[in-house]
Amino acid sequence: MPHQSESDEKPEESRSEFGKSTRRTFLSRLGMASLLASAGSISPAFGERLAKEQSLSSESKDAIPVTLHVNGKKYDLRIDPRTTLLDCLREHLHMTGSKKGCDHGQCGACTVHINGRRVNSCLCFAAMYQGDDITTIEGVGQQENLHAMQAAFVAHDAYQCGYCTSGQIMSAVALLKEPCGPDDVEVKEFMSGNICRCGAYQNIVSAIQSVRQNAKTQKPA
Amino acid sequence: MRTFELTRAEDNAQAVSAAAKATTSQQGAEIRFIAGGTTLIDLMKLNVETPRKLIDVNHLPLGKIDTLPDGGLTVGAMVHNSDLAYHPVVRKNYAVLSEALLSGASAQLRNMATTAGNLLQRTRCVYFRDIAMPCNKREPGSGCAAITGVNRSLAILGTSEHCIATNPSDMNVALAALEATIHIRGTKGDRSVPISDFHLLPGDTPHRETVLEPGDLITHVTLPPPAPGSRSLYLKLRDRASYEFALASAAVVVTVANGKLMRARIALGGVGTKPWRSTEAERELTDQPPTPAVFQRAADAALRDAKPQSQNGFKVELAKRCLVHALKLATQNA
Repeated sequence: MPHQSESDEKPEESRSEFGKSTRRTFLSRLGMASLLASAGSISPAFGERLAKEQSLSSESKDAIPVTLHVNGKKYDLRIDPRTTLLDCLREHLHMTGSKKGCDHGQCGACTVHINGRRVNSCLCFAAMYQGDDITTIEGVGQQENLHAMQAAFVAHDAYQCGYCTSGQIMSAVALLKEPCGPDDVEVKEFMSGNICRCGAYQNIVSAIQSVRQNAKTQKPA
Repeated sequence: MRTFELTRAEDNAQAVSAAAKATTSQQGAEIRFIAGGTTLIDLMKLNVETPRKLIDVNHLPLGKIDTLPDGGLTVGAMVHNSDLAYHPVVRKNYAVLSEALLSGASAQLRNMATTAGNLLQRTRCVYFRDIAMPCNKREPGSGCAAITGVNRSLAILGTSEHCIATNPSDMNVALAALEATIHIRGTKGDRSVPISDFHLLPGDTPHRETVLEPGDLITHVTLPPPAPGSRSLYLKLRDRASYEFALASAAVVVTVANGKLMRARIALGGVGTKPWRSTEAERELTDQPPTPAVFQRAADAALRDAKPQSQNGFKVELAKRCLVHALKLATQNA
């Protein structure tokens, strides 16, 4: 498990804490429950031990100490050098907003920002980004405090299944600071590294253009 | 993915001496430099690349773009593709390079990929990327599955009976037309290689793609000063409008004066086993008026030696039209 810096006054509560169910913890508990149900004679205590051993044995014999700065917090970890930044975020830091689509830098679902620039986290070895500022969708906004781009995606219905959405939003937020021309066709070109298999492209472009338009009108001339 | 040791080079000398312990710097190297990782990590996930040791070169002092006293430009090996593409001097004096970079990959990948890494970008041939298939580039002597297989996207120039893989880079095509020089630090000191000599034709050693030897570290690339009055552009044709490799592309740098093409530098992409400089096309253009007939003669000359495969015969005509159109655009209102 990651060791969070002591300087953090309010460490984020563990997502796996009992009673705070997420889709992920619900599914993993469902898996454990079915394992126990099928095992019949195995006691719950044994099941717990099994889960603990599995998590311990998940540390690679090649694990190295790595310190990452994600969304303004420092994390001390031990990970296999093969761990991509995407897998590190999802499996070690339990930040599952960044999605794994193709895992080869072709779909953009894993897009995060490193030092303010958007990258494909599936093509980064996490251990190479110590000391860099990493921002994920979790750091862009929160449910009660959405980033303007997140709010625009909601308002413009810029998704269907939602799997590519965090990557789309990370790219869209980065685009605001990139030399992208004013027209839809230029936004499409700048967003071409993010694939949406549902085909919500038109609404994604509308959401981005609305944020750019608002930024322009709000800025004093 | 195979396990590996990850180390970080703090200076150029350390990087060179660590990499010099490898038996090769070509396909199958057990020690690899890693920069942006966009090619290497992708291929490591496919077990096409299986290095035992990675040397992180991201912290070497090779990240600058500077104007040279002669008016040329020096580009550090670690300059990211996006930074190079948007650099004001590149946009102004080397438009072909900016356009080529921005036509490649996606915004995310361009933020990661580096100058040296792009020079060393590997082919997208599906048989090279699939370790279940024979491939002379990946596994010398195993055969070429592409020649009798799916070869629509593969090369028609510079091929051999052992390999028809295309060099996928757009940047390299622009650098070929700009007559860039690659600067290398090796175990025996510094040397520089013109880009036309940097990439090798596959011949009967397709696993050897460049002149690099173990320990060789690309430090920077230099561009000569722009020819006075020259115009340049990159035209890329592909299956979709964005985020796709070229079926055919053309990098042109031309100077028109007094109704004549005084100077022309031509390179083609998507059709060659290496970035394809065409001195044949340049000869047809030089001292000629910029007319459609002259452009067509140049295009015919550039593709004269083309050897199409079973599925990519269309590339001969596509590459010709690509070059003709690029020349038309570059000489408009000149």
